[in-house]
Amino acid sequence: MSEQQTSSGAATHTPTARAGGRRTRGRLPGLSGLSGATVRNLGLVAALLLLCLVGFLTGGDRFASLTNLMIVLSLAAVTGVIAIGMTFVITTGGIDLSVGSLLGLTTVWASTLATQTMADQYGWIVMVGCALLVGLAAGLINGVVIAYGNVVAFIATLAMLVAARGLAELIANRRTQIVDQPSFETTFQGDLLGVPKIVWIFVVVAVAGWFLLNRTTFGRRTVAVGGNREAARLAGIDVKRHLMYVYGLSGLTVGIGGVMLLARTGAGSSTNGLLLELEVIAAVVVGGTLLVGGRGTIVGTVIGVLIFATLTNVFIINNIDSSVQQIARGAIIVAAVLLQQRFARRSKAG
Amino acid sequence: MVTEDPAAPLLQMQGIVKHFPGAKALDGVDLDVRAGEVHCLLGQNGAGKSTLIKVLAGAHQPTAGTIRLDGDEIAFPHPDTALEHGVATMYQELDVVDGLTVAENIYLGHELASAGFTLRRSAAQRTRQLMDRLGHPEISPHREVGSLSAAGKQIVSMARALSRDARVIVMDEPSAVLDSGEVDNLFRVVDELTEQGIAIVYISHRLEEIRRIGDRITVLKDGVTVGRNLDVSTTATDELIKLMTGKNVEYAFPERPGVPDDAPVRLEVTDLALADVFSDVSLTVRAGEIVGLAGLVGSGRSEILETIYGARRATRGRVELDGKSLRRGSVGAAVAADIGLAPEERKSQGLLLDEPVYRNVTLSSFARIARGGWLDERAERSAAAEQAAALELRPNDVERPIRTLSGGNQQKVMLARWLVHGCEVLLLDEPTRGVDVGARSEIYDLVRRLADAGTAVLVVSSEIPEVLGLSDRVLVVSDGQVVHEGPAEQIDEHQVLDMVMEGSVA
Ligand SMILES: Nc1ncnc2c1ncn2[C@@H]1O[C@H](COP(=O)(O)OP(=O)(O)OP(=O)(O)O)[C@@H](O)[C@H]1O
Ligand SMILES: [Mg+2]
Repeated sequence: MSEQQTSSGAATHTPTARAGGRRTRGRLPGLSGLSGATVRNLGLVAALLLLCLVGFLTGGDRFASLTNLMIVLSLAAVTGVIAIGMTFVITTGGIDLSVGSLLGLTTVWASTLATQTMADQYGWIVMVGCALLVGLAAGLINGVVIAYGNVVAFIATLAMLVAARGLAELIANRRTQIVDQPSFETTFQGDLLGVPKIVWIFVVVAVAGWFLLNRTTFGRRTVAVGGNREAARLAGIDVKRHLMYVYGLSGLTVGIGGVMLLARTGAGSSTNGLLLELEVIAAVVVGGTLLVGGRGTIVGTVIGVLIFATLTNVFIINNIDSSVQQIARGAIIVAAVLLQQRFARRSKAG
Repeated sequence: MVTEDPAAPLLQMQGIVKHFPGAKALDGVDLDVRAGEVHCLLGQNGAGKSTLIKVLAGAHQPTAGTIRLDGDEIAFPHPDTALEHGVATMYQELDVVDGLTVAENIYLGHELASAGFTLRRSAAQRTRQLMDRLGHPEISPHREVGSLSAAGKQIVSMARALSRDARVIVMDEPSAVLDSGEVDNLFRVVDELTEQGIAIVYISHRLEEIRRIGDRITVLKDGVTVGRNLDVSTTATDELIKLMTGKNVEYAFPERPGVPDDAPVRLEVTDLALADVFSDVSLTVRAGEIVGLAGLVGSGRSEILETIYGARRATRGRVELDGKSLRRGSVGAAVAADIGLAPEERKSQGLLLDEPVYRNVTLSSFARIARGGWLDERAERSAAAEQAAALELRPNDVERPIRTLSGGNQQKVMLARWLVHGCEVLLLDEPTRGVDVGARSEIYDLVRRLADAGTAVLVVSSEIPEVLGLSDRVLVVSDGQVVHEGPAEQIDEHQVLDMVMEGSVA
């Protein structure tokens, strides 16, 4: 848990203020005691700024333009929303491999001829409801299998990954389904106050996710279950039910992502979201959420997503081969995690 | 017991300083240990004992100070180096790997191997020898350590220290999880070791143990040495306590006011059974009463508590609170009905190590303190701070990650959790495990005060005097059966021991 300490005056409770102590980064007076999280987030912001600098130096105005910024944000939005859900899952010490193919499934299900016809009658709510319900239901199935069936999350969601992709192909019959539903298009496509609507959705989901993780009992349970499952259980937390909810939440964010993807690309396809799970997990982990559970950070996740989106953008602007992009991405993941561990160690053990 | 030239210390630590960010754990500590002696390290919770031995074990790097072995200055940059030089350590918190077998745990890090293949047979054979030596031939080398009780794990940890060719063995509160029979066993092994010239550094909060096996004592207070190489036979207990705490502490149990006959029955357990562990356990605890469960480790005491609490699903029987039946196997129902359990193994069963103290205190009550699902961290902090002050938590700072607290202080946090929650029934499993002399009597007083306020308390402890001194009524458990029930004043330690002598740790 992290950002929350940033805002609530932890310093008031720290009588051992280092009088005249060294002023190292993250140990500024008044910030003492929360350094770890802040330092990590500052590090991420620095990395993002560096990346922007590289983008500016190599791409010039093609990079540093408002249009391009919006492109990057739209690109980040879908991954970002799903990464918020994934942050909760990983904070419990779990993993959700099914998000990519579930994204495919939700876009397909919400854009079938039948759904779109119904939407013509009842409005865009039909498509949105369909996407959210499909995501939520699949997530809850994951949760039930993991929590009550005691199946390891890796396996349970791997099974869902395979099955959901199959179902999507079956429904779509391997064709791309074009969205041709005026009320959906007017509601979700285009801009609001100069910013694409799907970016707004990302912002809303991220803020809601931050509050949920840091300010609510749901978030506290999430951290407790990931930090020490047995201790949480013995303290009276219904660990199984909570795990089910968390996977349900992940599914729900995939549903939201599905709506956004339909809006962005205008098409539902069973190949949507291929390998997206890797991108999402990488962003969450680079953001500073611990894979073993017990610590999660929404701010970190958002910056992590932005880093990867900017990176892709810089590569594209410079016409760099996509295979090279992959290699660079791998290197960045390792470098980021290594750096974080160093920060974490320094702020913990001293 | 000292066999070698007493003038030449085997191990010498001088001026050891260890700073953590925001905390000075050690501020100039000296320790010298002779071959063949049992050197006791005393000090209150948080005095720095564990930190000192972690420095010795190479697990922490000292900020300043020197370590000499046989007169040569030496550094232990890594635990391996210490082990290579014959310094083996049994840590305070059990450090065995649950998923591995007994033999694998013992030879972890120094596997018996030939050409890269582990020699499982000879490891098993040597493990068997070690277990024989420790008086536990029934623990099989192939048994998974996770299935052992806390005492069983402690024995594995001890076997691991023995499996190294150690010259100095450091034991950090080894007796905390052991019952009296086990402690006798431990002391027999310690005697054997010292006769071979091996030096033992022994940490315990139980002064009577130090009287039994100690040769010399070093006392720490707030990270400095305040008593140097005191002779066990000539130093009075009062003096030791004074050195440790800086004041005179009464070491007595609180008075029993007596439970009125018309006090309502709070907790009623009828014919409770858990397959293969215990059966036919019936007991009642009235409001304001403290009932003690005495028995050997492995007799099923902890399991009885956990089953009442719903952490284990009873195979038979009923648990009623104020006449209302509790759902079987549901901790949530128990906690909602205000039953609290302070479990035996705080690290694995109780704490979120990276979270601050206050969130550990409110782990069972944050949802109650919250308003409509929104956390109220300010209220959580002040509730935790209040209990921390009442329990004299050291350091008294609820923002610290609980990992950085000493063992005894972590135990206080476990108690604080249920104080904040508020309990009708409090189940305490080893409530003073690892707690120092001063805090111990505070905890006794506290438990008594809770009872006086109407809480029904059920206590399990390996220390029979504690069970007898604290409780109004005692149940003696042997092999999963209640073999005796009666007022605590009418029975003494020897009688209890006679009743429980059948049993094992496995
Ligand atoms: N990693 C750490 N970071 C910060 N402070 C620490 C850390 N480890 C220990 N401390 C502090 O150092 C002091 C000494 O702790 P230590 O564990 O050595 O006490 P102890 O004498 O072993 O107590 P106990 O009898 O309760 O086990 C305590 O105040 C503790 O809070
Ligand atoms: Mg200690």
